[in-house]
Amino acid sequence: MSQMSQNSNDNFDLVVIGAGPGGYVCAIRAAQLGLKVACIDKRGAPGGTCLNVGCIPSKALLHASEVLEETKHAEAMGISVGTVKVDLKKMMAYKQDGIDGNTQGVTFLLKKNKVEEIIGEARIEAAGQVAVALPDGSTRPLTAKNIVIATGSEVTPLPGIEIDEDRIVSSTGALELPDVPKHLLIVGAGIIGLELGSVWRRLGAEVTVVEFLDRITPGVDAELAKQFQRVLQKQGIKFKLGTKVTGAVAQKTQVKVSVAPASGAGDEETLTADRVLVAIGRRPYTAGLGLEALGVKQDQAGRVETDAHFKSSVDGIYAIGDAIAGPMLAHKAEDEGVALAEHLAGKPAHVNYDVIPGVIYTAPEVAWVGKSEEELKEAGTAYVVGKFPFMANGRAKVNGTTDGFVKILADAKTDRVLGVHILGAQAGDMIAEAAVAMEFSASAEDIARTCHAHPTLTEAVKEAALAVDNRALHI
Amino acid sequence: MSNEIRVPTLGESITEATIAQWYKKPGDAVAMDEPLCELETDKVTIEVPAQSAGVLSEVLAEEGATVEVGALLGSIAEGEGAPAPASAPEAAAPAQEKAPEKEPEKVEEKTPETPEAKAADADLSPAVRRMVEEHKLDAGAIDGTGKGGRVTKADVVQAMESGTAQLGSVLANNSAPGVREERVKMTRLRKTIAARLKESQNTAAQLTTFNEVDMGALMQLRRDYKDLFEQKYGVRLGFMGFFARACVTALHEIPAVNAEIAEDEIIYKNYVNMGVAVGTEKGLVVPVLRDVQNMGLAQIEQTIGDMGRKARDGKLAIEDLQGGTFTISNGGVYGSLMSTPILNMPQSGILGMHKIQDRPVVVNGEVAVRPMMYLALSYDHRIVDGKEAVTFLVRVKECLEAPERLLLDI
Repeated sequence: MSQMSQNSNDNFDLVVIGAGPGGYVCAIRAAQLGLKVACIDKRGAPGGTCLNVGCIPSKALLHASEVLEETKHAEAMGISVGTVKVDLKKMMAYKQDGIDGNTQGVTFLLKKNKVEEIIGEARIEAAGQVAVALPDGSTRPLTAKNIVIATGSEVTPLPGIEIDEDRIVSSTGALELPDVPKHLLIVGAGIIGLELGSVWRRLGAEVTVVEFLDRITPGVDAELAKQFQRVLQKQGIKFKLGTKVTGAVAQKTQVKVSVAPASGAGDEETLTADRVLVAIGRRPYTAGLGLEALGVKQDQAGRVETDAHFKSSVDGIYAIGDAIAGPMLAHKAEDEGVALAEHLAGKPAHVNYDVIPGVIYTAPEVAWVGKSEEELKEAGTAYVVGKFPFMANGRAKVNGTTDGFVKILADAKTDRVLGVHILGAQAGDMIAEAAVAMEFSASAEDIARTCHAHPTLTEAVKEAALAVDNRALHI
Repeated sequence: MSNEIRVPTLGESITEATIAQWYKKPGDAVAMDEPLCELETDKVTIEVPAQSAGVLSEVLAEEGATVEVGALLGSIAEGEGAPAPASAPEAAAPAQEKAPEKEPEKVEEKTPETPEAKAADADLSPAVRRMVEEHKLDAGAIDGTGKGGRVTKADVVQAMESGTAQLGSVLANNSAPGVREERVKMTRLRKTIAARLKESQNTAAQLTTFNEVDMGALMQLRRDYKDLFEQKYGVRLGFMGFFARACVTALHEIPAVNAEIAEDEIIYKNYVNMGVAVGTEKGLVVPVLRDVQNMGLAQIEQTIGDMGRKARDGKLAIEDLQGGTFTISNGGVYGSLMSTPILNMPQSGILGMHKIQDRPVVVNGEVAVRPMMYLALSYDHRIVDGKEAVTFLVRVKECLEAPERLLLDI
């Protein structure tokens, strides 16, 4: 039974359910624009999946394991490091520090902007009414002019496989393994699987990636993905593509996984691994909100259906981030959070979905923004390719990061940059230049005629732009 | 403890001023008497000095704000602060004495030239700039579909194809695509000057009478004695001293030119306060030499020099500009051959000196080349009649052509 609250403390302009990147950013922006905002999360700390069990912890482990990997190349530079040891417990503590620093930072930001942070599980009773189940067992009713669903996503389970977060783990468990597996089997060659696979491979595990499709990282430019796979294979990661997992049985110290060709033609095989990571994807998480009773429409995949201004089928209820359609990326959620807050404050707001970069934080990194060659071919757009390998970049040479290349796709007629794809060190940072250029409808020539500092990796971007016009200088 | 910075008394009937420039910003160290800011009034620009040493702790009125006499501008707190660059107080209105005259507006108005061209150019992306230059296009004529209306390379390609990209003219090659006008707000001083000039024209019955002077004798006199003069007085021997003394003689004989109409009375003055027009970057100002009839040549030259410096440094006091009975204006330094000066109200006469230029004239029945200068006297016909004006000018001419007449007082 809902309780109407007349208490001004419980009355808000905006109630945001979920304090992940989408939620907390939306809350902060709304507060900046003068709205009275509450942000609810049941986790106990803000930051959502990203800060707690996603982006941040994975980047911490990726960085730590990268440092370990670098020590193996130190000798060639004249640096003797002797025997390098890994204290996994300490590494996990370092990871936790990174998480805590970030979540505390978000709490600080919410406080600074006078957003009320509420820990509890929210349920939307009706448009404008939210009931929060608090940790002490009581319920706090809130009223709000508008409600935002920013509850994010959860791991997609593999039918027939039970994730126990011990032998068979999701990304959450994979970030906290108590020991380095002898053999780690990863189901799904997507971004999450490959990042975590890189971590454990560097820490000493043997890594096998089983993928249903014929290629890794679906959606990413095919050439980029192929080259990326080659690099990972060079690093020792094994791939079984076109293979499906038919079952997995967890035993005390190992898991027996049965796999078979995805096409159906061929025999089943049993693989043994110490740990299995199920990383086939993520799906929207909206459980417990009471959406069905409210009449909030969701599609087949469980995403809340929204219009151009993030409004659901029910007035006064909005949704952003992983809970709705679009790439499941933290920065996409953040941009939507800002746009929604501005829209609710009466300002024009816009998210440009054509210029949202994607990054894979392995070493080398993979980054892209705009269209892939496949997308352009499918759309029938005539385009020109400009490519430049890091092997020919001075900085990459001395840094020893010569793997990879920059590829720029430009409109054949107007030279407008349609897509940029990078495999290489710092790709995730370098893609920002491409994103800005594309926001301003730049042509490849514009990038080519912009001064890039020497010696940096970014010169490869400039050279790729020159290559579009067949006039690269350094190759 | 903080000391207030207030707008000082500005002179009779001046009740407000505009803050032209702050020399210091909050946090800067301030010494006693150090100029803090510059105030602009209808007549003059003055500096506000610090009444105590310390740190400028707050600025309550910004540049461009209008403040009343006595208003609080800011305050100085005790203590040390950031020392400010020494060049700030000198920044106000320096102008070359012999520089060709430029009206302030003209300086801002730019001909199709690099600074403007560069500014508009900078809005074009590198590729667009290249194409516009390579194909000599008029970027202003191309529709921009990029962010904020920017022209993209695609737009240029499109425009070239559809033939809508006009080839710029040869002139346009060097000129800025786009910016053809610039609006600049009139300064307070400029507005006041404009109003005064119109008032003058609307009040007095103004006309101008001309004559010419053979400057040969004066120039020779100067050549003969300038070094000695400079040695003794430490100031250059110019022509202004002679012009002033010649005017004093003539004014003595034609007092109407030194008079003033006050309602239905004519005020004849037994002294000459001579205004000497000085052009500065900010506009024309006319500092006044008081009781010029009592000044010798050296004193006149010295005082004019001081006034000119103060005018250009923006340091003229209100009193320096008030009380004039007659004005001299020298357009010759800028190259003017002849002009019709406008009366400086409420005065009834203004003498215009011009460029000294060698001209063929008839002397004793023969053509000779002489350094000639046109004289112009604009006068108020309401109280100066034609004969008086012409006679005045003839007397000035006589005294200048034969300077010894000043000595002999004839």
